[in-house]
Formats: sequence, structure tokens, C-alpha cells
Amino acid sequence: MLTYNKPLPPDDPLFAPFWANARSRRLSIQCCRACGDRRFPPGPVCPRCLSEDQDWDTVSGRGTLVSWVRFHRAYWAGFVQEIPYDCCLVQLEEGPLLVSNFAGPPPAPLRSGLPLRVVFEDITDRYTLPKFVAA
Amino acid sequence: MMHLKNKIAVVGVGTTAYGTFPEIDDYGLAARAFRNAVDDCGLDKGRIDGLLCCRVPFYARMGEILGLDPRWTIQLPPHGRMAGMAVVEAMIALETGAADYVALLYANIGRSRRVNYGGEEVAGVWDPWGFTSPGAAHAMMFRMHMERYGTTTRQLGEVSVAFRRHAGLHPDAVMKTPITLDDHAAARPIVEPLRLLDYCLINDGAVCLILTTAERARDLRKPPVLISGVGARDAFRRSAIPNFDPDFWYAETREAGEAAYRMAGVGPADVDALMCYDNFSPTVLFSLEGLGFCGRGEAGAFVEGGRLQIDGDLPTNTDGGHLSNSYMQGWALNVEAVRQLRGECGARQVANCEVVQYVAVTPCTRSIIYTRG
Ligand SMILES: [Zn+2]
Repeated sequence: MLTYNKPLPPDDPLFAPFWANARSRRLSIQCCRACGDRRFPPGPVCPRCLSEDQDWDTVSGRGTLVSWVRFHRAYWAGFVQEIPYDCCLVQLEEGPLLVSNFAGPPPAPLRSGLPLRVVFEDITDRYTLPKFVAA
Repeated sequence: MMHLKNKIAVVGVGTTAYGTFPEIDDYGLAARAFRNAVDDCGLDKGRIDGLLCCRVPFYARMGEILGLDPRWTIQLPPHGRMAGMAVVEAMIALETGAADYVALLYANIGRSRRVNYGGEEVAGVWDPWGFTSPGAAHAMMFRMHMERYGTTTRQLGEVSVAFRRHAGLHPDAVMKTPITLDDHAAARPIVEPLRLLDYCLINDGAVCLILTTAERARDLRKPPVLISGVGARDAFRRSAIPNFDPDFWYAETREAGEAAYRMAGVGPADVDALMCYDNFSPTVLFSLEGLGFCGRGEAGAFVEGGRLQIDGDLPTNTDGGHLSNSYMQGWALNVEAVRQLRGECGARQVANCEVVQYVAVTPCTRSIIYTRG
């Protein structure tokens, strides 16, 4: 694989299951085995009941477009060739918000509420980024 | 906090020049602002027994430089939202007697040291998708406002145009060249829908406020400005995307605003000038709606026709704000509130100015209502 010079996920054990699942083409969010609370990003305890018994649930990968922006400035060298590029804000069917990208050109016309579904893009030998396309 | 109504006063304010000052560090700038504030109130600096530092690296070095041995010292992190929080902390310290005279110090050397916001070396959750910077978070929120309420970027331009006009009337301001709505629309896009003129400046400078009890304030040089109301609410549960809130901190702003109004015994209609934290222009629209100056979703129409300008219905950020005066992260806006109430603002003075409100709509929303003593 070509050298990848965009930011990689932080090497944080809390997120490891998310990235492992993404590698296997599964989108997942953290869930509390004690009370059922679900969220992303993950935390060391459940913010509702404070239990440490946390796990990951695979979610549908379906969501809706909440918002989007177009970057005209590259904050990392790896994005210089990409600008302008888009980021989207997706509300998963299961609740949590995710910031992501459109895979390929953005759906047209863009509007909030547009149904989206996840696709997976391998970026390195280890990491796969969940991205979204029109459902 | 209700019982603190009109019990605490701002007695001294000091600012430095604003710009790019590679020859002086943050301690040096803070010392200048401190000296100006001490001169402003005529207090013997030896009586200052409370010290709060924000964005000044180390409180002990600051105290050493200023020759202070306080009874009460606080260091706040160098985040933009701290100014209102600092004032509230100082009120509590003065009320309990933990300190009798408190100096609040803020210094910023981000311009000459080339601080960038976004793309930080410490990796963030959303970095792999290229999402970074407080400006992008506000762009994301403003797009939602556009989609929900039909707000336009041209309406957003009214905010930038108003504050730039005020900066032109303010001798200390960094950006004084007048701009038009067309200039706003033609400015370089940074993270769309936001453009360059929607972004705050980054410049060096420092600010100092000296607070004491209203009783002690009577013995000082200038008429005291009283803190009549304060309100606060943080929003951490929804803070997974930094500097972003899917509801524009509406409920928190309402709550903080209502608490401040109730305590002060005033309402939005009584506010003669608004000092509104303007890290990015959309924050001003969120603030107006949350405080009830207009209905939810109506801020775009509300700001049209120069309503925020010095001769409009609601003069806002009369010093030029973060967008055009100086990037003092709320601190200079609190100073401007004091100067307006004292009638010291010259060409940008609001006539018969009796009630000035400060608000910072952020994950730590604060509002303060200042009145003439
Ligand atoms: Zn739980």
C-alpha cells in the first residue's frame, strides 16, 4: 500500500475494538452491559450508570445526514492534495453522531435528513475508515 | 448567587496594545495590563490579595514578576471560554473573604508564536476524517442553522460588518478597514459555509480586571461598575465533537441568561449593549436566540439592517469583538462592558448606557450583567 500521510486514529486502547470492527466491515458503538446505554466516542465507564462493564455493538450502518462542511484549508500535509474536501455529520439510526466523509463525490443535492449508509475504505494495512454514501 | 447582586464591583481595567509583539512575552504583556488596571483604579497594588491567571503560563512566576503574595490564587486553562468563569470565581472569593482585591490576568501571544487552531499534534477522535479546528465545528453548526431555519451566509455577514464598523471607531482595534456584505461574501472560504471574515483574529495582547466588594469600591478612583447578575451552565455530556453542540447550546444559554436576568432584575429589553463572545460569527446568532433577543431560528433576520451596530437597536461588541478588535477570548469584551458603563468609549460610546450584558456561548456558557454603580 502507498505511504499514507493523513492522520491515523490515536493509539488508544479504548477505541481498539471500533477500529478492529471497522477492519471487518462492521460499524460499532460502545454499549453498557449494565444499563444498555450506547454511545460514541467510547469512555472507560458508562456516563449513565458508571459501570465499567462496557462492550461494543455492531450497528446497522444506516443514518441520516445532519450537516456537512467543505475544508478549503489543509490542517495536515496529507490533506493538501485533497482540498477542497468535505466532512459530514451523520446521525446513526441507533442515536450517536459521527463525523465522517462521503465516499466518492458528495450526494447531490445535499440536504439534512438525507438517508446514508456506511461503506468501508481501507487506508493502511491496519486501519479502515467508515465513510458514507447515499442510501 | 442571587444574594451577590450588586455586591461585587469591577474597579480597574487595563489592556495592552493589540498586535504582533515578538519582543515581549506573555508575562510582560500581562504586567503591562496589570499596571494599567492598577493605575485605572488607583489602588495600592500591595492590597491585591487575590490572583487569577488565564493563559499566563505560571501563576507563581506571574506573582513574582508583579511582586504579589496573594491569599487566593487560581490558574485557569488557556481556553477561550474562561473569562466569564473567572469573574464568577472572583465574585465567590470576594464574597467569602478569601480575598479583598482580586486581579484577573489574561495574556495571549498566539500571533507572534504562530499558534494554529486545528491539526494539533495530539491526535483527536475525528482527525482521520480530516475534521479539526473550532472553526470547522462552528461551520458544521451554522450549516445546521441554515438547514433548519433558512439562515443565510449574507445574514451572517451582518455580524462581521457591524463589528468591523465598531473597530473603526476603536483606536486600539487591530482590523479597522471597513467591510461590506459583499466583502464578506467574497472573502476566502476557510471551512464552508464559513469564510475568513467569520473567523476571529489571532493577535497578541493582555487584559487585566481588578474586582473588589462594592463597599470597598467606593474608596477608589473611578465609579464602580457593579456585577448585577450572573448565570452559568456547562454542557459536557454532548461534547464529543470539540466546540460543537447539535443544539447550539440553546438550553444552556437560556438557562444562563435567565439566571442572570432574574438576579439583576432586568430583561433583554433593558440591555443597552451586548458583549457577545464571537470566536466565530455564528456564535453571535446562537447567543441572540438563546438569550431571547429574538425567537428561535430568527437571529438571521434579527441582525439584518445593522441592528447590532452602534446606532442600531442592540449595539453589540462595540469594541469590534474578536472578529475585528482583538482575540482576547472574552476578556476584552468584559473590559468594554466596564468602559461603556463608565462612558469612556468616545466615538463608539452607547448613549445613556446603564445595562451591559456579557455572554459566552460555549461548552461552558456564562452570562454576566453589569450596571452602573
Ligand atoms: Zn450504564
